Formats: sequence, structure tokens, C-alpha cells
Amino acid sequence: MNRFEWLSGYLAELEDEHIVVHSGSGEALAPAHLLHVDPEDWAKAAVVAKNMDLRWAGIWGDEQAGEIVLSAVVARPGAYLVLRTAVPLERPQIASHAAIYPGANRMERHLADMLGVRFTDHPDGRRWTRHQAWDESQYPLRSDFPLQGLNPKRTPADSDYPFPPIQGSGVYEIPVGPVHAGTIEPGHFRFQAAGEPILRVEERLGYTHKGIEKIAVGRDADGLARIAGRISGDSCVAHTWAACQALERACGTKPPERASLIRGLLCERERVANHLGDIGSICNDVGFSFALMQCHALREQWLRRNLDLSGHRLMMNSLVPGGVALDVDAGVIETLRKDHAQLRAQIRPLFDIFDDHPSLEDRLLGTGRLSPETAKMLGVSGYVGKASGQAIDLRKDALYAPYTRLQFNVAQSQAGDVAARLAIRQEEVHSSLNLMDEMLGMLERLKDQQGLHVDLPARPGGEGLGLIDGWRGEIISYVRLDRDCRVARFFARDPSWFTWPALEQLLPGNIVPDFPVCNKSVNGSYSGHDL
Amino acid sequence: MLRILRQIWTTGLLTEQAPSLQDADIQALGAQLKGAIDARFGGSLAIRQVDAGSCNACELEIHALSNPYYDIERFGVHFVASPRHADMLLVTGPVSRHMETALRRTWRAMGKPRFVIASGDCACNGGEFGTSYASCGGVDKVIPVDLHLPGCPPAPDELMRGILALMGRATGR
Repeated sequence: MNRFEWLSGYLAELEDEHIVVHSGSGEALAPAHLLHVDPEDWAKAAVVAKNMDLRWAGIWGDEQAGEIVLSAVVARPGAYLVLRTAVPLERPQIASHAAIYPGANRMERHLADMLGVRFTDHPDGRRWTRHQAWDESQYPLRSDFPLQGLNPKRTPADSDYPFPPIQGSGVYEIPVGPVHAGTIEPGHFRFQAAGEPILRVEERLGYTHKGIEKIAVGRDADGLARIAGRISGDSCVAHTWAACQALERACGTKPPERASLIRGLLCERERVANHLGDIGSICNDVGFSFALMQCHALREQWLRRNLDLSGHRLMMNSLVPGGVALDVDAGVIETLRKDHAQLRAQIRPLFDIFDDHPSLEDRLLGTGRLSPETAKMLGVSGYVGKASGQAIDLRKDALYAPYTRLQFNVAQSQAGDVAARLAIRQEEVHSSLNLMDEMLGMLERLKDQQGLHVDLPARPGGEGLGLIDGWRGEIISYVRLDRDCRVARFFARDPSWFTWPALEQLLPGNIVPDFPVCNKSVNGSYSGHDL
Repeated sequence: MLRILRQIWTTGLLTEQAPSLQDADIQALGAQLKGAIDARFGGSLAIRQVDAGSCNACELEIHALSNPYYDIERFGVHFVASPRHADMLLVTGPVSRHMETALRRTWRAMGKPRFVIASGDCACNGGEFGTSYASCGGVDKVIPVDLHLPGCPPAPDELMRGILALMGRATGR
């Protein structure tokens, strides 16, 4: 079914349900299709989407002229639909999507905490992003909420979050965090266990909430790109790209072809660097430190090349609105080709060992299994989704340059365990190397093309949607500009919004000491989620 | 097993074989660092790292200190799981308001003398995130800081230099 047939099918279904679509546009948020519905039809529109097997991919709200404009994204491979409605600011009440799409649970609660939207029938009425830094009746994303907040005093610990209790003979709880034992981001995990096996685990996130959505307001394009690069430090290229793409679409322009290729190249470099690090760390979490040392040595070599290439080991500030801030000339192309060949030769014997080493097999096969059904229910993308049968890859769905002209196979497995996530990451390193070689060839052919960025035309009030496949999965970035072409609203939906709940689902039945390896195999971003 | 041994054998010692000037710098820096730590802490320095709200880029570079190229442990510097075992707190990120109390409690749990490095631009002054309803800004807004180490994020060699700079200044707070 092509995109048009699918959309007309959806519209026909809405009509059957007597849902009035006020206006639709294929342009306003292209390549997504925008549909305006009545607030009372909000839940029904989601039910129809669910019945058509669409994936729920995000929600955000935007205060505009006495109303809160709500936008929810539903998608199928290669086609995105933004459902939009508005509720009055003095009575911002709307039906929840969380009962229809469980993946919506926390994002709706985030929206309730940040903007004061009241979701009726929400299955979980607890706060989420809000701890103790602002009160229940205050909403940081409202225009009347000052940037510095209303509470100048010290912020106490969030010690009374109502975790559901558990009872039973021999049942106990282990509270972990927010400060963890290792060098990782802060968050809280509440394990409920009997003996070694985990019965239930609940995450409590929001500790790294830095007010990104609020401080983005009023920034110019360059300022937005800088903050987007710091949403999640391991995904700085992907998030900056998504924000830049949203800005460019809001302004009705496109980066030059060479700039898109360089963006793709850097984004694949980011993917390889993170996978190399994580492959080593996953193995290390079951005591196989050989892999950690080998893979982290390769990662270090890779980061040093990033430094040569972009002046930054993590390639921060390399992407700018309208294009890129660095060039890839003939000399660099030659160097990178050699690098790619060298890395292929280096990972071959290593990956061979990881694939069939008995102690790794023993510890990773069957550990932390996320069933394809649960992955689908939550709408998980990236390597976590791919390891559980969800072949969501925006690069393949060909929504943006340079991937529209590149061919590759999306790695996929139905096994859903740690071993499968490890295997998917290994396959993605190979496919990224192939993609980068192709990109280098394309860059060579375009070597005479001038200009690495375009100026963004002024388009007051413009809005745009960035859709990028980062190393962790699908990133959705929304930007709306104000009358002076400064940012009026910014929301970045990291893939971690769905992989964190997936982690909760895959842990029960595993032993508590296997939490680190399960967690590392998923590797959700705290900062990307907490905003 | 033979494959693993072969791989280790053929990889060799990256730490010593590293040919570039950059790696020579690291050797020199590390030797100085070890001298300073020997004088102050009898040969070892235990660091507790706390992410007080960073974007995680700082943590990635702190991890790199343990890779075969830097291998900071060979100089007696090691990362510990509990603040009670730590001589030094290495804090990253603007301190988010939600981490404010956790950071203060972690610092209080340390034995004395204790030292604090605010690592990275955000930890120094709030960086890109500044001060807001959600961010306290720099680490010194919450706990006393002995050394501010700028960078976004500080690279591993800069982190090593920072630890050394602090050791030179340590006065036993």
C-alpha cells in the first residue's frame, strides 16, 4: 500500500467512526501529513490508528493564544501522520492515548507535568518529569512560568514518589540510584525480587531534567543547534541533525547535497563509535573484559579520527543549520577509506570470537528477552526494536538525503535477548562501514560542488518536523518559529522514551546481577529522555 | 581460547606502543600525576564520579581514561563505587535541581580530606544550560569546588591534567 492509499484508508476509517477532520495538509509538516481533529475525537483517532496497525511515536503540546495545541505522531514505515487538536488553556483536558498505546504513558505524564494538560482516563496518574523543583500547580512550559522558576530555595530529594508496594514471603526491594555505582547517568531503579530473580522493576527518571524545552525558547537557529547537540552527548550528531532538519523544513529550505552526505557520514561515524563502545561494555558486564579492552581501543582510534576530521572527538558543533561546518576533501576521503578497511580487518577476528565464545553464549543467550509483541506494543525503534522484530529504520524508509540513494539491509532478529541486541549492533557496524564507503564515493563525484551550507530564509511562524535515524533509533524533532524567526517551541523525542519502558518489561525473571548487562544492551539515554 | 590469546598477542600493548606525540604527552603527564598522588595519598587516588545532570558526553570521555590508550589505573587513579571510599569527587553536568540534594548527600558521605573537581563547561558555570528552574548552574552553587576544569567535554588528556592540577594545589580541606 503506498502512502496515499494508506492515508485515504485512514481517512475513510475516521469517516466511518464519524470523526470530523477539519483540515489536512501534506505540506505544513512535510514529509508528515497533518490532520486536525476535534478534541473529543482524540482517543477515537488513536483507536482507528491502532486498528490500522500504526505505531504511536510521540506527543507534544504548545501554548498558543490561550490554547494548548496538541500534536501526536502515528506512523507506519516511511509515512508519518501528525494528529492535531487544541484545548483551552483554562481547561486543558483531553483523552489519553496511553490506554490504547502503552508507549504513550510517560510522554503524556511529561506533558501533564510540563504544560498542565490533564489526560482523562490515564492509566497512571503519577507525576513523571516533575520531582520537587516546581509545584504541582506550576507548569514550566507555560508562557507565564518564568525561566528561573518560582522556587528559589534548595530542591529537596524526591523521596515520596509512590512506588507500588509488593508483599509476600521472602520478597524484598532494592532501591538503586540516582547516584549509581559506575560512571553513568543518574536515575532510580526500584527492584522487587524474591531470591535472585527479579519479580518487578520500576524506573524513576527525570533526574537530569535540565529544562531543554524551556531554554530553547527564544533562541536563534544556531543556538538551537548547539543545545540539540547536548540533548544526549552520545547522539550529538543525530540530535543536531534532527533539529537542523526541522529548522530547515520550517524555513522551506534544504542543505546542499554535499552537506547532506557529510551529515550522513558523521552520523554513521557516531553509530560505529557507540556500537564499538557498547559491544565491549556488554561483554564486560558478564566478565569478558577482553572485549572491553579490544573494543574500547578501536573506539579510541575512531574518536581520534573524529578529532582530526571535525576538531571534536564527539563531533559536536559539526552540523549547523543549513549545512555543515566542515569539509571532506580528497585527502580526507582517502584517509577514511583506509580507516574503514582497517576497522573491517580489526573487527573480523573479534566479532568471530564474540559470536561463538561459549561463556558469552552461556550468559547472553536468552538473557533479558524482549518479545516482539511487547516491542511492538511499546513502539520500540533502533537496535532494541530490530532485535525484537521491529524493522524501524528511517534510513531505509528513505525519508531524507543522503539515504534516499543508498541501499542496505536492516539487521533484524526475532530473538529479542541480549545476544540478539549484541548481534544487531555488530551487523550495524558492518552496514555503516559499507554505507560510509558509498558516501565517500558520492562525495568524490560531487567534489566540484561549491557551498556547504545555505542561509535559512526567514519564514516567521514556520514549523517543521525533523526525522532522523540516530544510532539509538528514531529521533523526532519539532520546531515552531515565532514572528521574529526565533524558536517558539522545541521538542526532541529521543528513542529512549520507548526503550526505557522496554527495559522494565524485559527484566522480570532475570537475576538481579544481570541487570547491568540487560541495561547496557538497551542503553537508554537518561539525558535524552529527561530533557 | 587460542583465538583470544592470538588476538591479545597481535594487539600488543597499545599503551606503550602508541607512536604519536600525543601519546608521549600522556606518558609524561601520567608520570607527574603519579608523583603528585604518591605524595598526597600514598600511591592511590580513589575517585567517585557523579553525573549531576550532564548530557553524558563528559561520562564518555571519563570512560576513555580506562581504555588501553590512557589506562589511568596504572598511575594509581581508580574509580570507586561509593563516596565513602573516595578521596575525590569528579562532578559533571550543570547540577540539575533534581540532583541537587543527591549531589550534596554524596559529598557529605565522603571522608576527609575530600576534593571536588567540577569537570566540563556545564559543571564550571552551567554551560549551555545555564541557570534555570531546572538547573542550579555550576557545581559550586551546591558544594565547594577545588578545581574548575573547562571543556565540552574535557578530553581524556585534559582530565588527567585537571586531576594533576588539583593535586598540586591540594591543601587538605
